[in-house]
Amino acid sequence: MLTDITLGQYYPGNSFLHRMDPRAKILCTMIFIVAIFLANSLWSYLLVTAFILASIAVSGVPVKMVAKAVKPLWIILVFTLLIHVLTTPGTPLVSFGWFSISEEGVRNGILMTLRLVYLIAFSSLLTYTTSPIVLTDGIEALLTPWKRVGVPAHELAMMMTIALRFIPTLLEETDRIMKAQSSRGADFTTGNLWQRAKSMVPLLVPLFISAFRRADDLATAMEARCYRGGEGRTKMHQLLYTWRDGAAFAAVAVVTAALAGMRWFL
Amino acid sequence: MSIRVENITYVYGGGTPYEKTALSGVDLTIEKGEFVGIIGHTGSGKSTLIQHLNGLIHPTEGRVLVDGVDLAGKSREAAAKRHTVGMVFQYPEQQLFEETVAQDIAFGPRNLGCSEEEVDARVHEAMSFVGLDYETYAGRSPFRLSGGQMRRVAIAGVIAMKPDFLILDEPSAGLDPVGRREIFSQIRKWYEEGAFSVILVSHNMDDIAKLATRLLVMNHGRCILDGDPMDIFLHHREELEAAGVDVPPLTKTLLYLKGRGIPVPERAVACEEAANALAKTLKGGKSC
Ligand SMILES: Nc1ncnc2c1ncn2[C@@H]1O[C@H](COP(=O)(O)OP(=O)(O)OP(=O)(O)O)[C@@H](O)[C@H]1O
Ligand SMILES: [Mg+2]
Repeated sequence: MLTDITLGQYYPGNSFLHRMDPRAKILCTMIFIVAIFLANSLWSYLLVTAFILASIAVSGVPVKMVAKAVKPLWIILVFTLLIHVLTTPGTPLVSFGWFSISEEGVRNGILMTLRLVYLIAFSSLLTYTTSPIVLTDGIEALLTPWKRVGVPAHELAMMMTIALRFIPTLLEETDRIMKAQSSRGADFTTGNLWQRAKSMVPLLVPLFISAFRRADDLATAMEARCYRGGEGRTKMHQLLYTWRDGAAFAAVAVVTAALAGMRWFL
Repeated sequence: MSIRVENITYVYGGGTPYEKTALSGVDLTIEKGEFVGIIGHTGSGKSTLIQHLNGLIHPTEGRVLVDGVDLAGKSREAAAKRHTVGMVFQYPEQQLFEETVAQDIAFGPRNLGCSEEEVDARVHEAMSFVGLDYETYAGRSPFRLSGGQMRRVAIAGVIAMKPDFLILDEPSAGLDPVGRREIFSQIRKWYEEGAFSVILVSHNMDDIAKLATRLLVMNHGRCILDGDPMDIFLHHREELEAAGVDVPPLTKTLLYLKGRGIPVPERAVACEEAANALAKTLKGGKSC
Protein backbone atom coordinates (compact mmCIF):
# COMPACT_ATOMS: atom_id res chain seq x y z
CA MET A 1 0.00 0.00 0.00
CA LEU A 2 1.07 3.55 -0.66
CA THR A 3 1.16 4.72 2.93
CA ASP A 4 3.66 1.95 3.73
CA ILE A 5 6.38 4.05 2.09
CA THR A 6 8.41 5.49 4.92
CA LEU A 7 9.74 8.83 3.84
CA GLY A 8 12.38 10.49 5.90
CA GLN A 9 12.34 6.98 7.43
CA TYR A 10 12.96 8.11 10.98
CA TYR A 11 13.40 5.20 13.37
CA PRO A 12 12.32 6.46 16.80
CA GLY A 13 14.71 5.76 19.64
CA ASN A 14 16.75 7.26 22.40
CA SER A 15 20.27 6.11 21.59
CA PHE A 16 23.54 8.03 21.65
CA LEU A 17 23.10 8.83 17.97
CA HIS A 18 19.48 9.90 18.40
CA ARG A 19 20.53 12.36 21.07
CA MET A 20 23.39 13.93 19.15
CA ASP A 21 23.11 17.44 17.74
CA PRO A 22 21.90 17.30 14.12
CA ARG A 23 24.68 19.63 12.95
CA ALA A 24 27.30 17.32 14.41
CA LYS A 25 25.60 14.31 12.82
CA ILE A 26 25.47 15.92 9.39
CA LEU A 27 29.12 17.02 9.55
CA CYS A 28 30.34 13.66 10.90
CA THR A 29 28.45 11.85 8.15
CA MET A 30 29.96 14.08 5.47
CA ILE A 31 33.48 13.67 6.83
CA PHE A 32 33.19 9.91 7.16
CA ILE A 33 31.75 9.54 3.65
CA VAL A 34 34.82 11.29 2.26
CA ALA A 35 36.98 9.10 4.49
CA ILE A 36 35.41 5.95 3.02
CA PHE A 37 36.98 6.91 -0.29
CA LEU A 38 40.41 6.94 1.34
CA ALA A 39 40.19 3.23 2.06
CA ASN A 40 42.17 1.16 -0.43
CA SER A 41 43.58 -1.81 1.44
CA LEU A 42 42.13 -4.82 3.18
CA TRP A 43 42.91 -3.41 6.61
CA SER A 44 41.38 -0.04 5.87
CA TYR A 45 38.21 -1.74 4.63
CA LEU A 46 38.09 -3.77 7.82
CA LEU A 47 38.39 -0.55 9.83
CA VAL A 48 35.55 1.09 7.88
CA THR A 49 33.38 -2.02 8.31
CA ALA A 50 34.08 -2.10 12.02
CA PHE A 51 33.24 1.59 12.43
CA ILE A 52 29.97 1.27 10.52
CA LEU A 53 28.94 -1.85 12.45
CA ALA A 54 29.77 -0.10 15.71
CA SER A 55 27.71 2.93 14.68
CA ILE A 56 24.74 0.72 13.80
CA ALA A 57 25.07 -1.05 17.13
CA VAL A 58 25.18 2.26 19.00
CA SER A 59 22.16 3.63 17.10
CA GLY A 60 19.89 0.76 18.10
CA VAL A 61 18.53 0.63 14.54
CA PRO A 62 18.10 -3.01 13.48
CA VAL A 63 20.53 -4.14 10.78
CA LYS A 64 17.45 -5.22 8.82
CA MET A 65 16.33 -1.59 8.54
CA VAL A 66 19.75 -0.50 7.30
CA ALA A 67 19.68 -3.30 4.73
CA LYS A 68 16.25 -2.06 3.65
CA ALA A 69 17.76 1.34 2.88
CA VAL A 70 20.44 -0.23 0.68
CA LYS A 71 18.10 -2.58 -1.18
CA PRO A 72 16.32 -0.11 -3.50
CA LEU A 73 19.69 0.82 -5.02
CA TRP A 74 20.64 -2.70 -6.01
CA ILE A 75 20.52 -1.91 -9.74
CA ILE A 76 23.20 0.75 -9.35
CA LEU A 77 25.27 -1.62 -7.22
CA VAL A 78 25.07 -4.47 -9.75
CA PHE A 79 25.84 -2.02 -12.54
CA THR A 80 28.94 -0.71 -10.73
CA LEU A 81 30.13 -4.22 -10.10
CA LEU A 82 29.68 -5.29 -13.73
CA ILE A 83 31.34 -2.19 -15.19
CA HIS A 84 34.44 -2.74 -13.08
CA VAL A 85 34.58 -6.48 -13.57
CA LEU A 86 34.15 -6.27 -17.32
CA THR A 87 36.24 -3.23 -18.22
CA THR A 88 39.35 -3.35 -16.01
CA PRO A 89 42.37 -4.71 -17.91
CA GLY A 90 44.92 -6.90 -16.11
CA THR A 91 45.80 -10.51 -15.38
CA PRO A 92 43.07 -12.57 -17.00
CA LEU A 93 41.16 -14.83 -14.64
CA VAL A 94 38.80 -16.38 -17.16
CA SER A 95 38.28 -15.44 -20.79
CA PHE A 96 35.46 -16.11 -23.21
CA GLY A 97 36.72 -15.37 -26.68
CA TRP A 98 36.70 -11.62 -27.14
CA PHE A 99 36.43 -10.54 -23.51
CA SER A 100 38.10 -11.63 -20.36
CA ILE A 101 37.61 -11.05 -16.67
CA SER A 102 40.71 -9.88 -14.86
CA GLU A 103 41.73 -10.38 -11.29
CA GLU A 104 42.04 -6.61 -10.83
CA GLY A 105 38.56 -6.19 -12.26
CA VAL A 106 36.98 -8.49 -9.71
CA ARG A 107 38.89 -6.81 -6.91
CA ASN A 108 38.01 -3.27 -8.01
CA GLY A 109 34.43 -4.21 -8.64
CA ILE A 110 33.95 -5.66 -5.18
CA LEU A 111 35.72 -2.76 -3.48
CA MET A 112 33.80 -0.08 -5.37
CA THR A 113 30.46 -1.77 -4.73
CA LEU A 114 31.33 -2.18 -1.08
CA ARG A 115 32.15 1.53 -0.88
CA LEU A 116 28.75 2.42 -2.24
CA VAL A 117 27.02 0.03 0.17
CA TYR A 118 28.92 1.61 3.07
CA LEU A 119 28.09 5.09 1.87
CA ILE A 120 24.36 4.37 1.65
CA ALA A 121 24.29 2.42 4.90
CA PHE A 122 26.07 5.15 6.83
CA SER A 123 23.99 7.99 5.48
CA SER A 124 20.83 5.99 6.16
CA LEU A 125 21.87 6.02 9.82
CA LEU A 126 21.66 9.81 9.71
CA THR A 127 18.05 9.77 8.50
CA TYR A 128 17.11 6.86 10.74
CA THR A 129 18.29 8.59 13.90
CA THR A 130 17.25 12.17 13.09
CA SER A 131 13.63 13.18 12.71
CA PRO A 132 13.09 15.17 9.50
CA ILE A 133 12.23 18.35 11.37
CA VAL A 134 15.40 18.21 13.47
CA LEU A 135 17.36 17.45 10.33
CA THR A 136 16.08 20.60 8.62
CA ASP A 137 16.90 22.56 11.76
CA GLY A 138 20.45 21.27 11.50
CA ILE A 139 20.69 22.07 7.80
CA GLU A 140 19.39 25.58 8.41
CA ALA A 141 21.95 26.16 11.15
CA LEU A 142 24.77 24.90 8.94
CA LEU A 143 23.65 27.08 6.02
CA THR A 144 23.20 30.25 8.07
CA PRO A 145 26.85 31.42 7.72
CA TRP A 146 26.37 31.26 3.94
CA LYS A 147 23.54 33.79 4.09
CA ARG A 148 26.04 36.54 3.45
CA VAL A 149 26.82 35.15 0.01
CA GLY A 150 23.12 34.95 -0.80
CA VAL A 151 22.06 31.46 0.33
CA PRO A 152 18.44 31.76 1.51
CA ALA A 153 18.99 29.45 4.50
CA HIS A 154 15.77 30.09 6.36
CA GLU A 155 13.57 29.96 3.27
CA LEU A 156 15.15 26.68 2.16
CA ALA A 157 14.65 25.18 5.58
CA MET A 158 11.07 26.38 5.77
CA MET A 159 10.32 24.90 2.36
CA MET A 160 11.83 21.60 3.42
CA THR A 161 9.90 21.58 6.67
CA ILE A 162 6.62 22.25 4.89
CA ALA A 163 7.32 19.68 2.21
CA LEU A 164 8.22 17.08 4.83
CA ARG A 165 5.13 17.94 6.82
CA PHE A 166 2.84 17.43 3.84
CA ILE A 167 4.35 14.36 2.24
CA PRO A 168 2.61 11.92 4.60
CA THR A 169 -0.64 13.87 4.35
CA LEU A 170 -0.57 13.80 0.58
CA LEU A 171 0.33 10.11 0.51
CA GLU A 172 -2.56 9.37 2.83
CA GLU A 173 -4.86 11.41 0.67
CA THR A 174 -3.65 9.71 -2.51
CA ASP A 175 -4.32 6.39 -0.87
CA ARG A 176 -7.82 7.43 0.12
CA ILE A 177 -8.78 8.88 -3.25
CA MET A 178 -7.34 5.85 -5.00
CA LYS A 179 -9.52 3.61 -2.87
CA ALA A 180 -12.58 5.76 -3.45
CA GLN A 181 -12.09 5.71 -7.22
CA SER A 182 -11.30 2.00 -7.30
CA SER A 183 -14.55 1.32 -5.54
CA ARG A 184 -16.17 3.14 -8.46
CA GLY A 185 -14.47 0.72 -10.80
CA ALA A 186 -11.35 2.74 -11.66
CA ASP A 187 -8.39 0.61 -12.63
CA PHE A 188 -4.93 2.05 -12.02
CA THR A 189 -2.84 -0.98 -12.75
CA THR A 190 -3.73 -2.52 -16.12
CA GLY A 191 -3.82 -1.26 -19.69
CA ASN A 192 -1.18 0.32 -21.91
CA LEU A 193 0.75 3.47 -21.06
CA TRP A 194 -1.86 5.82 -22.54
CA GLN A 195 -4.73 4.12 -20.71
CA ARG A 196 -2.81 4.20 -17.49
CA ALA A 197 -1.96 7.87 -17.88
CA LYS A 198 -5.63 8.58 -18.52
CA SER A 199 -6.66 6.58 -15.48
CA MET A 200 -4.56 8.94 -13.37
CA VAL A 201 -6.92 11.86 -14.03
CA PRO A 202 -9.53 10.80 -11.46
CA LEU A 203 -6.70 10.59 -8.95
CA LEU A 204 -4.70 13.69 -9.79
CA VAL A 205 -7.54 16.20 -10.10
CA PRO A 206 -8.86 15.70 -6.55
CA LEU A 207 -5.30 15.51 -5.26
CA PHE A 208 -4.30 18.83 -6.79
CA ILE A 209 -7.48 20.49 -5.64
CA SER A 210 -6.87 19.42 -2.08
CA ALA A 211 -3.16 20.29 -2.23
CA PHE A 212 -3.98 23.82 -3.39
CA ARG A 213 -6.63 24.14 -0.72
CA ARG A 214 -4.17 23.01 1.92
CA ALA A 215 -1.48 25.40 0.67
CA ASP A 216 -3.98 28.22 0.81
CA ASP A 217 -5.06 27.31 4.34
CA LEU A 218 -1.48 27.04 5.47
CA ALA A 219 -0.57 30.43 4.01
CA THR A 220 -3.53 32.01 5.77
CA ALA A 221 -2.67 30.29 9.04
CA MET A 222 0.96 31.44 8.83
CA GLU A 223 -0.05 34.97 8.04
CA ALA A 224 -2.57 34.99 10.88
CA ARG A 225 0.31 34.16 13.20
CA CYS A 226 2.38 37.02 11.81
CA TYR A 227 4.96 34.93 10.00
CA ARG A 228 7.24 37.22 8.03
CA GLY A 229 10.33 35.24 7.20
CA GLY A 230 13.42 34.34 9.16
CA GLU A 231 14.66 37.80 10.20
CA GLY A 232 14.85 38.07 13.98
CA ARG A 233 13.16 34.74 14.53
CA THR A 234 14.09 32.74 17.61
CA LYS A 235 13.86 29.00 18.04
CA MET A 236 11.84 26.96 20.46
CA HIS A 237 14.44 24.19 20.42
CA GLN A 238 17.93 25.67 20.54
CA LEU A 239 20.61 23.47 19.06
CA LEU A 240 23.32 22.69 21.57
CA TYR A 241 26.60 20.84 21.18
CA THR A 242 27.23 18.41 24.05
CA TRP A 243 29.94 15.95 25.03
CA ARG A 244 28.31 13.39 22.73
CA ASP A 245 29.06 15.53 19.73
CA GLY A 246 32.65 16.02 20.86
CA ALA A 247 33.05 12.28 21.30
CA ALA A 248 31.57 11.56 17.88
CA PHE A 249 33.78 14.14 16.19
CA ALA A 250 36.80 12.64 17.94
CA ALA A 251 35.89 9.10 16.85
CA VAL A 252 35.38 10.16 13.24
CA ALA A 253 38.61 12.15 13.31
CA VAL A 254 40.59 9.19 14.63
CA VAL A 255 39.16 6.84 12.01
CA THR A 256 39.74 9.36 9.22
CA ALA A 257 43.31 9.92 10.34
CA ALA A 258 43.90 6.17 10.51
CA LEU A 259 42.52 5.71 7.01
CA ALA A 260 44.62 8.57 5.66
CA GLY A 261 47.67 7.10 7.39
CA MET A 262 47.08 3.65 5.91
CA ARG A 263 46.63 5.13 2.45
CA TRP A 264 49.74 7.29 2.34
CA PHE A 265 52.21 5.78 4.77
CA LEU A 266 51.70 2.03 4.63
CA MET B 1 -26.19 -13.10 -1.42
CA SER B 2 -24.00 -12.55 1.59
CA ILE B 3 -20.71 -11.13 2.78
CA ARG B 4 -18.77 -13.52 4.95
CA VAL B 5 -15.97 -12.13 7.12
CA GLU B 6 -13.89 -15.04 8.33
CA ASN B 7 -11.94 -14.29 11.46
CA ILE B 8 -9.96 -11.38 10.03
CA THR B 9 -7.04 -9.53 11.54
CA TYR B 10 -5.57 -6.41 9.99
CA VAL B 11 -2.25 -4.81 10.86
CA TYR B 12 -1.21 -1.38 9.55
CA GLY B 13 2.50 -0.92 8.88
CA GLY B 14 3.49 -4.49 9.71
CA GLY B 15 7.21 -4.90 10.50
CA THR B 16 7.85 -1.21 11.25
CA PRO B 17 8.00 0.57 14.60
CA TYR B 18 4.61 2.09 13.73
CA GLU B 19 2.88 -1.28 13.61
CA LYS B 20 -0.76 -1.05 14.63
CA THR B 21 -3.30 -3.85 14.86
CA ALA B 22 -6.55 -2.23 13.73
CA LEU B 23 -8.69 -5.37 13.66
CA SER B 24 -8.28 -8.60 15.55
CA GLY B 25 -10.35 -11.71 15.04
CA VAL B 26 -13.50 -10.17 13.57
CA ASP B 27 -15.90 -12.86 12.36
CA LEU B 28 -19.36 -12.14 10.97
CA THR B 29 -21.77 -12.72 8.13
CA ILE B 30 -23.90 -10.01 6.55
CA GLU B 31 -26.91 -11.29 4.64
CA LYS B 32 -28.69 -9.58 1.77
CA GLY B 33 -31.66 -7.67 3.15
CA GLU B 34 -30.03 -6.53 6.36
CA PHE B 35 -29.52 -2.92 7.41
CA VAL B 36 -26.42 -3.13 9.54
CA GLY B 37 -25.32 -0.25 11.76
CA ILE B 38 -21.71 -0.13 12.96
CA ILE B 39 -20.78 2.01 15.95
CA GLY B 40 -17.65 2.36 18.05
CA HIS B 41 -15.27 4.96 19.42
CA THR B 42 -12.88 6.90 17.20
CA GLY B 43 -10.13 4.58 16.03
CA SER B 44 -12.00 1.40 16.91
CA GLY B 45 -11.49 0.01 13.40
CA LYS B 46 -14.85 0.73 11.75
CA SER B 47 -13.41 2.24 8.58
CA THR B 48 -10.79 -0.49 8.43
CA LEU B 49 -13.47 -3.18 8.69
CA ILE B 50 -15.70 -1.80 5.96
CA GLN B 51 -12.80 -1.34 3.56
CA HIS B 52 -12.37 -5.10 3.69
CA LEU B 53 -15.93 -5.65 2.55
CA ASN B 54 -15.26 -4.51 -1.01
CA GLY B 55 -11.68 -5.65 -1.25
CA LEU B 56 -9.97 -2.27 -0.95
CA ILE B 57 -7.67 -3.78 1.63
CA HIS B 58 -7.06 -7.44 2.23
CA PRO B 59 -6.88 -8.99 5.68
CA THR B 60 -3.50 -9.79 7.18
CA GLU B 61 -5.10 -12.99 8.44
CA GLY B 62 -8.44 -14.52 7.56
CA ARG B 63 -10.64 -14.16 4.49
CA VAL B 64 -13.51 -12.05 3.19
CA LEU B 65 -15.94 -13.88 0.92
CA VAL B 66 -18.75 -12.35 -1.13
CA ASP B 67 -21.09 -15.15 -2.26
CA GLY B 68 -18.28 -17.58 -1.55
CA VAL B 69 -15.72 -15.73 -3.70
CA ASP B 70 -12.55 -14.64 -1.93
CA LEU B 71 -12.07 -10.91 -2.57
CA ALA B 72 -8.31 -11.19 -2.30
CA GLY B 73 -8.29 -13.24 -5.49
CA LYS B 74 -7.14 -11.76 -8.77
CA SER B 75 -9.81 -13.43 -10.90
CA ARG B 76 -12.39 -11.59 -12.98
CA GLU B 77 -15.02 -13.05 -10.69
CA ALA B 78 -13.44 -11.46 -7.61
CA ALA B 79 -13.34 -8.07 -9.37
CA ALA B 80 -17.01 -8.40 -10.34
CA LYS B 81 -17.94 -9.27 -6.76
CA ARG B 82 -16.05 -6.27 -5.47
CA HIS B 83 -18.27 -4.07 -7.63
CA THR B 84 -21.43 -5.48 -6.07
CA VAL B 85 -20.38 -3.74 -2.86
CA GLY B 86 -20.58 0.04 -3.20
CA MET B 87 -18.71 2.26 -0.79
CA VAL B 88 -19.33 5.87 0.17
CA PHE B 89 -16.27 7.13 2.06
CA GLN B 90 -16.05 9.66 4.85
CA TYR B 91 -16.13 13.08 3.13
CA PRO B 92 -16.76 11.60 -0.32
CA GLU B 93 -16.99 15.04 -1.94
CA GLN B 94 -13.18 15.06 -2.01
CA GLN B 95 -13.16 12.44 -4.75
CA LEU B 96 -15.01 14.49 -7.39
CA PHE B 97 -12.95 15.22 -10.50
CA GLU B 98 -15.04 15.56 -13.67
CA GLU B 99 -16.06 18.74 -15.44
CA THR B 100 -19.76 18.26 -14.91
CA VAL B 101 -21.90 16.63 -12.28
CA ALA B 102 -23.42 14.22 -14.80
CA GLN B 103 -20.01 13.08 -16.04
CA ASP B 104 -18.79 12.49 -12.54
CA ILE B 105 -21.77 10.33 -11.67
CA ALA B 106 -21.32 8.48 -14.97
CA PHE B 107 -17.73 7.49 -14.06
CA GLY B 108 -18.73 4.33 -12.17
CA PRO B 109 -21.28 2.96 -14.67
CA ARG B 110 -18.85 3.63 -17.54
CA ASN B 111 -16.16 1.65 -15.76
CA LEU B 112 -18.65 -1.18 -15.44
CA GLY B 113 -18.98 -1.12 -19.22
CA CYS B 114 -22.59 0.03 -19.43
CA SER B 115 -23.96 1.32 -22.75
CA GLU B 116 -24.42 5.07 -23.14
CA GLU B 117 -28.21 4.86 -22.78
CA GLU B 118 -27.83 2.76 -19.67
CA VAL B 119 -25.29 5.23 -18.24
CA ASP B 120 -27.64 8.10 -18.94
CA ALA B 121 -30.57 6.34 -17.32
CA ARG B 122 -28.50 5.54 -14.27
CA VAL B 123 -27.31 9.15 -13.93
CA HIS B 124 -30.91 10.37 -14.01
CA GLU B 125 -31.95 7.80 -11.47
CA ALA B 126 -29.01 8.45 -9.13
CA MET B 127 -29.56 12.20 -9.23
CA SER B 128 -33.20 11.87 -8.34
CA PHE B 129 -32.15 9.50 -5.54
CA VAL B 130 -30.04 12.16 -3.87
CA GLY B 131 -32.56 14.89 -4.63
CA LEU B 132 -30.60 16.86 -7.22
CA ASP B 133 -32.66 18.20 -10.08
CA TYR B 134 -31.20 16.91 -13.38
CA GLU B 135 -31.96 20.00 -15.44
CA THR B 136 -30.40 22.35 -12.90
CA TYR B 137 -27.31 20.44 -11.88
CA ALA B 138 -26.28 17.96 -14.58
CA GLY B 139 -24.23 20.46 -16.55
CA ARG B 140 -22.68 22.30 -13.61
CA SER B 141 -19.15 21.89 -12.38
CA PRO B 142 -19.08 19.81 -9.21
CA PHE B 143 -16.56 22.27 -7.78
CA ARG B 144 -19.06 25.11 -7.86
CA LEU B 145 -21.51 23.44 -5.52
CA SER B 146 -21.95 23.75 -1.78
CA GLY B 147 -20.42 21.09 0.44
CA GLY B 148 -23.77 19.37 0.96
CA GLN B 149 -24.52 19.33 -2.73
CA MET B 150 -21.09 17.89 -3.47
CA ARG B 151 -21.79 15.16 -0.94
CA ARG B 152 -24.96 14.28 -2.81
CA VAL B 153 -23.14 14.12 -6.13
CA ALA B 154 -20.57 11.79 -4.59
CA ILE B 155 -23.25 9.53 -3.13
CA ALA B 156 -25.04 9.52 -6.48
CA GLY B 157 -21.77 8.38 -8.07
CA VAL B 158 -21.89 5.23 -5.96
CA ILE B 159 -25.66 4.70 -6.28
CA ALA B 160 -25.25 4.76 -10.07
CA MET B 161 -23.19 1.57 -9.80
CA LYS B 162 -26.33 -0.19 -8.51
CA PRO B 163 -24.55 -2.08 -5.74
CA ASP B 164 -26.17 -5.00 -3.92
CA PHE B 165 -24.58 -3.81 -0.71
CA LEU B 166 -24.23 -0.10 0.00
CA ILE B 167 -21.65 0.87 2.60
CA LEU B 168 -21.79 4.38 4.03
CA ASP B 169 -19.03 5.73 6.28
CA GLU B 170 -20.44 8.67 8.24
CA PRO B 171 -22.53 9.94 5.35
CA SER B 172 -24.09 12.73 7.36
CA ALA B 173 -20.97 14.33 8.89
CA GLY B 174 -21.11 18.05 8.11
CA LEU B 175 -24.60 18.05 6.61
CA ASP B 176 -27.45 20.21 7.88
CA PRO B 177 -30.34 18.39 9.62
CA VAL B 178 -32.64 18.74 6.61
CA GLY B 179 -30.04 17.38 4.20
CA ARG B 180 -29.35 14.51 6.55
CA ARG B 181 -33.01 13.59 6.88
CA GLU B 182 -33.47 13.72 3.11
CA ILE B 183 -30.53 11.46 2.37
CA PHE B 184 -31.50 8.96 5.05
CA SER B 185 -35.13 8.88 4.00
CA GLN B 186 -34.02 8.07 0.44
CA ILE B 187 -31.67 5.36 1.63
CA ARG B 188 -34.43 3.90 3.75
CA LYS B 189 -36.92 4.02 0.89
CA TRP B 190 -34.58 2.21 -1.49
CA TYR B 191 -33.64 -0.25 1.19
CA GLU B 192 -37.30 -1.03 1.86
CA GLU B 193 -37.90 -1.48 -1.86
CA GLY B 194 -35.15 -4.08 -1.76
CA ALA B 195 -32.70 -2.21 -4.01
CA PHE B 196 -29.75 -2.94 -1.73
CA SER B 197 -28.63 -3.93 1.74
CA VAL B 198 -27.04 -1.17 3.76
CA ILE B 199 -24.04 -1.08 6.07
CA LEU B 200 -23.97 2.24 7.89
CA VAL B 201 -21.13 3.55 10.05
CA SER B 202 -22.31 6.42 12.19
CA HIS B 203 -21.64 8.24 15.42
CA ASN B 204 -25.26 9.32 15.45
CA MET B 205 -27.14 6.82 17.62
CA ASP B 206 -30.51 8.25 16.64
CA ASP B 207 -29.98 7.42 12.98
CA ILE B 208 -28.80 3.95 13.88
CA ALA B 209 -31.77 3.28 16.17
CA LYS B 210 -34.22 4.47 13.52
CA LEU B 211 -32.73 2.64 10.57
CA ALA B 212 -30.66 -0.39 11.45
CA THR B 213 -32.06 -3.89 11.75
CA ARG B 214 -28.81 -5.14 13.20
CA LEU B 215 -26.10 -3.44 15.21
CA LEU B 216 -22.37 -4.16 15.46
CA VAL B 217 -20.38 -2.52 18.24
CA MET B 218 -16.62 -2.20 17.71
CA ASN B 219 -14.11 -1.68 20.50
CA HIS B 220 -10.34 -1.64 19.97
CA GLY B 221 -10.49 -3.69 16.79
CA ARG B 222 -12.91 -6.28 18.08
CA CYS B 223 -16.60 -6.71 17.44
CA ILE B 224 -17.91 -6.92 21.00
CA LEU B 225 -21.67 -6.85 20.44
CA ASP B 226 -23.80 -7.99 17.52
CA GLY B 227 -27.57 -8.10 17.54
CA ASP B 228 -30.85 -6.23 17.46
CA PRO B 229 -30.13 -2.49 18.03
CA MET B 230 -32.84 -1.99 20.67
CA ASP B 231 -31.84 -5.10 22.60
CA ILE B 232 -28.27 -3.84 22.68
CA PHE B 233 -29.24 -0.31 23.68
CA LEU B 234 -31.56 -1.55 26.43
CA HIS B 235 -29.60 -4.44 27.87
CA HIS B 236 -25.91 -3.69 27.31
CA ARG B 237 -25.43 -0.15 28.54
CA GLU B 238 -22.31 -0.96 30.56
CA GLU B 239 -20.57 -2.60 27.60
CA LEU B 240 -21.54 0.33 25.40
CA GLU B 241 -20.17 2.82 27.87
CA ALA B 242 -16.95 0.81 28.19
CA ALA B 243 -16.68 0.88 24.40
CA GLY B 244 -16.98 4.67 24.43
CA VAL B 245 -20.41 4.93 22.81
CA ASP B 246 -23.76 5.97 24.18
CA VAL B 247 -27.38 4.91 23.77
CA PRO B 248 -29.63 7.22 21.73
CA PRO B 249 -30.80 10.29 23.69
CA LEU B 250 -34.44 9.24 23.31
CA THR B 251 -33.80 5.76 24.70
CA LYS B 252 -31.83 7.31 27.53
CA THR B 253 -34.74 9.60 28.43
CA LEU B 254 -37.29 6.81 28.23
CA LEU B 255 -35.15 4.53 30.38
CA TYR B 256 -34.87 7.31 32.95
CA LEU B 257 -38.62 7.84 32.98
CA LYS B 258 -39.17 4.13 33.29
CA GLY B 259 -36.74 4.04 36.19
CA ARG B 260 -38.94 6.64 37.89
CA GLY B 261 -41.92 4.35 37.56
CA ILE B 262 -43.61 6.06 34.60
CA PRO B 263 -44.85 3.48 32.08
CA VAL B 264 -43.30 4.36 28.73
CA PRO B 265 -42.56 2.37 25.55
CA GLU B 266 -38.76 2.26 25.98
CA ARG B 267 -38.33 0.66 22.56
CA ALA B 268 -39.66 3.72 20.72
CA VAL B 269 -37.28 5.08 18.10
CA ALA B 270 -39.22 8.15 16.97
CA CYS B 271 -39.88 11.10 19.25
CA GLU B 272 -43.50 11.31 18.07
CA GLU B 273 -44.16 7.73 19.06
CA ALA B 274 -42.72 8.25 22.53
CA ALA B 275 -44.46 11.58 22.99
CA ASN B 276 -47.84 10.16 22.03
CA ALA B 277 -47.52 7.26 24.40
CA LEU B 278 -46.34 9.54 27.19
CA ALA B 279 -49.21 11.98 26.59
CA LYS B 280 -51.62 9.09 26.70
CA THR B 281 -50.47 8.02 30.15
CA LEU B 282 -50.36 11.56 31.47
CA LYS B 283 -53.75 12.65 30.16
CA GLY B 284 -55.34 9.33 30.88
CA GLY B 285 -55.59 7.94 27.40
CA LYS B 286 -55.92 11.03 25.19
CA SER B 287 -53.41 11.20 22.37
CA CYS B 288 -52.07 14.53 21.16
N1 LIG C 1 -3.43 4.24 6.98
C1 LIG C 1 -3.20 3.94 8.26
N2 LIG C 1 -1.94 3.68 8.70
C2 LIG C 1 -1.70 3.35 9.97
N3 LIG C 1 -2.64 3.23 10.92
C3 LIG C 1 -3.92 3.47 10.57
C4 LIG C 1 -4.27 3.83 9.23
N4 LIG C 1 -5.60 4.00 9.18
C5 LIG C 1 -6.06 3.76 10.41
N5 LIG C 1 -5.05 3.44 11.26
C6 LIG C 1 -5.19 3.09 12.69
O1 LIG C 1 -6.05 1.98 12.80
C7 LIG C 1 -6.99 2.17 13.84
C8 LIG C 1 -8.41 2.04 13.31
O2 LIG C 1 -8.68 3.11 12.44
P1 LIG C 1 -10.07 3.30 11.70
O3 LIG C 1 -9.88 4.37 10.68
O4 LIG C 1 -10.56 2.00 11.21
O5 LIG C 1 -10.99 3.85 12.90
P2 LIG C 1 -12.52 4.30 12.87
O6 LIG C 1 -13.23 3.40 13.78
O7 LIG C 1 -12.99 4.41 11.47
O8 LIG C 1 -12.43 5.76 13.51
P3 LIG C 1 -13.31 7.08 13.19
O9 LIG C 1 -14.57 6.94 13.96
O10 LIG C 1 -12.46 8.17 13.72
O11 LIG C 1 -13.50 7.16 11.71
C9 LIG C 1 -6.70 3.53 14.44
O12 LIG C 1 -6.02 3.33 15.65
C10 LIG C 1 -5.83 4.22 13.42
O13 LIG C 1 -4.87 5.00 14.09
MG1 LIG D 1 -13.52 6.03 10.18
